[in-house]
Amino acid sequence: MEELTSTIYAMTLKGSLVQEMKEPGQFVHIKVDEQTPLLRRPISIANIEKERSEFTVIFRKEGVGTSELSKKRVGESLDILGPLGNGFPLTGMHEGKTALLIGGGVGIPPLYELSKQLNNRGVNVIHVLGFQSKEHMFFIYEFTKLGPTFVSTADGSKGTKGFVTDILDQEQLNGDRIYSCGPTPMLKALEDRFKDQDFYVSLEERMACGIGACFACVRKVKKQECGHDYKKICSDGPVFHIGEVIL
Amino acid sequence: MNRLHVQLPGLNLKNPIMPASGCFGFGKEFAKLYDLSVLGGIMIKATTVEPRFGNPTPRVAETPSGMLNAIGLQNPGLTKVMEEELPWLEQFDVPIIANIAGSQMEDYVKVAKEISQAPNVKALELNISCPNVKQGGIMFGTNPDVAKELTEKVKEVSSVPVYVKLSPNVTDIKLMAQAVEEGGADGITLINTLLGMRLDVKTAKPILKNNTGGLSGPAIKPIAIRMVYEVAQVVSIPIIGMGGIQKVDDVIEFLYAGASAVAIGTANFVDPFVCPTIIEQLPRKLDELGFENIQDCIGRSLN
Repeated sequence: MEELTSTIYAMTLKGSLVQEMKEPGQFVHIKVDEQTPLLRRPISIANIEKERSEFTVIFRKEGVGTSELSKKRVGESLDILGPLGNGFPLTGMHEGKTALLIGGGVGIPPLYELSKQLNNRGVNVIHVLGFQSKEHMFFIYEFTKLGPTFVSTADGSKGTKGFVTDILDQEQLNGDRIYSCGPTPMLKALEDRFKDQDFYVSLEERMACGIGACFACVRKVKKQECGHDYKKICSDGPVFHIGEVIL
Repeated sequence: MNRLHVQLPGLNLKNPIMPASGCFGFGKEFAKLYDLSVLGGIMIKATTVEPRFGNPTPRVAETPSGMLNAIGLQNPGLTKVMEEELPWLEQFDVPIIANIAGSQMEDYVKVAKEISQAPNVKALELNISCPNVKQGGIMFGTNPDVAKELTEKVKEVSSVPVYVKLSPNVTDIKLMAQAVEEGGADGITLINTLLGMRLDVKTAKPILKNNTGGLSGPAIKPIAIRMVYEVAQVVSIPIIGMGGIQKVDDVIEFLYAGASAVAIGTANFVDPFVCPTIIEQLPRKLDELGFENIQDCIGRSLN
């Protein structure tokens, strides 16, 4: 367990389920404690080290579950269900292509494993990362090692003052494929900008089961806004192509 | 002889454990994890005449030892359940209890008549207790006369025994139980969720988009046990008990209180293997308690 900022923690876990991890952007469902909280916590996978059977999750200490999770220490074990969901597709991305990765706050972690795997394929990767302030920043060094990295902070304490969209305006960035994970207002702004492009977003929602049975995390399908068609974020997502579901 | 066997109207259960309606979908997700034939039965997600998308999200919120949900009876509708979900479930050797819901009596009658014809549907569970839909649902579950009338109407058209799922959101659960028994119910299932609410401390607004939701999980188990215990003393039809079961001891408690079988709901979300795990543990638990058969536990706490 490592404290990246005063509220962001990185936790590395070892176990056989690492071998089942397929794409970047999948998540694990963590039972923090036997009794309280009752439900598992869905947290995205930030880094996979298959040969060591290890993976890392990066999470923000926010409520009861993540606060308890942040207290875990080396040597403890956790009940984990996963890997779950469908991650970011890599097919079609190879040498000579450029990927633009845009992340906001605690939505940034899954983009790290994505960037690593894109790099392994020889893809040029550009990162645009948005934070609240300098104190909230994490993993900048790690991302910089994988490709050009632009940072924005809402209060201007580091990088471009404002949001990720301000960087996109300023630098006129684009890619053959765009991948994003972050708060919904950010994703909506990006949807307007890149709606006709090859663009994948990872969504978040309160979940119960994480496997598609409880119907807690549904989104309406875009082409049928008044209809009954839906996708489940946990088992159909969490990554969707833009235009597939209503954000 | 199978020590866990329980025989109820329409239901030949190889064990008394079944997933509760709304917590197991139509089984597909769990079938990837284990063989559904190990289950005593399956209570499938509530089916309505037309497809329903349900409520806007957030639909769930955690509470101490429990959770609130306001899914809103999302389901693909009667036709799709008849043509796709139920035939798919036929590959498993397990009786299906079809949970049915509606916003008016005619809806229940229509769904009951059709769905009870499906070869693997061995019983119906009338959902008159969903707290998360504006019309119907709980409206039928809080008035004894209405509940009785609905039971009679469904009984007239159903080809299989009818169980009525009672709401705990009433002053006297015994009156509701007696009313549906008079209406001809073959059994009672209880309890559905308790109406509850949670507010966001930062925004002062409800966390659930629907404002209120149904409370489930271990927090409600004492209420469920009390209600099974009360109802068991005033009706002669069998009870399937549910509410907060997480462990094998919880099952025994429900059986002692007068339930003949149990359903497991929220715990499936926490541990998807909870049903097969408990089924496996039951024989040893019977040994430990000195019982030959599961039947020996039923109603043991009653006079």
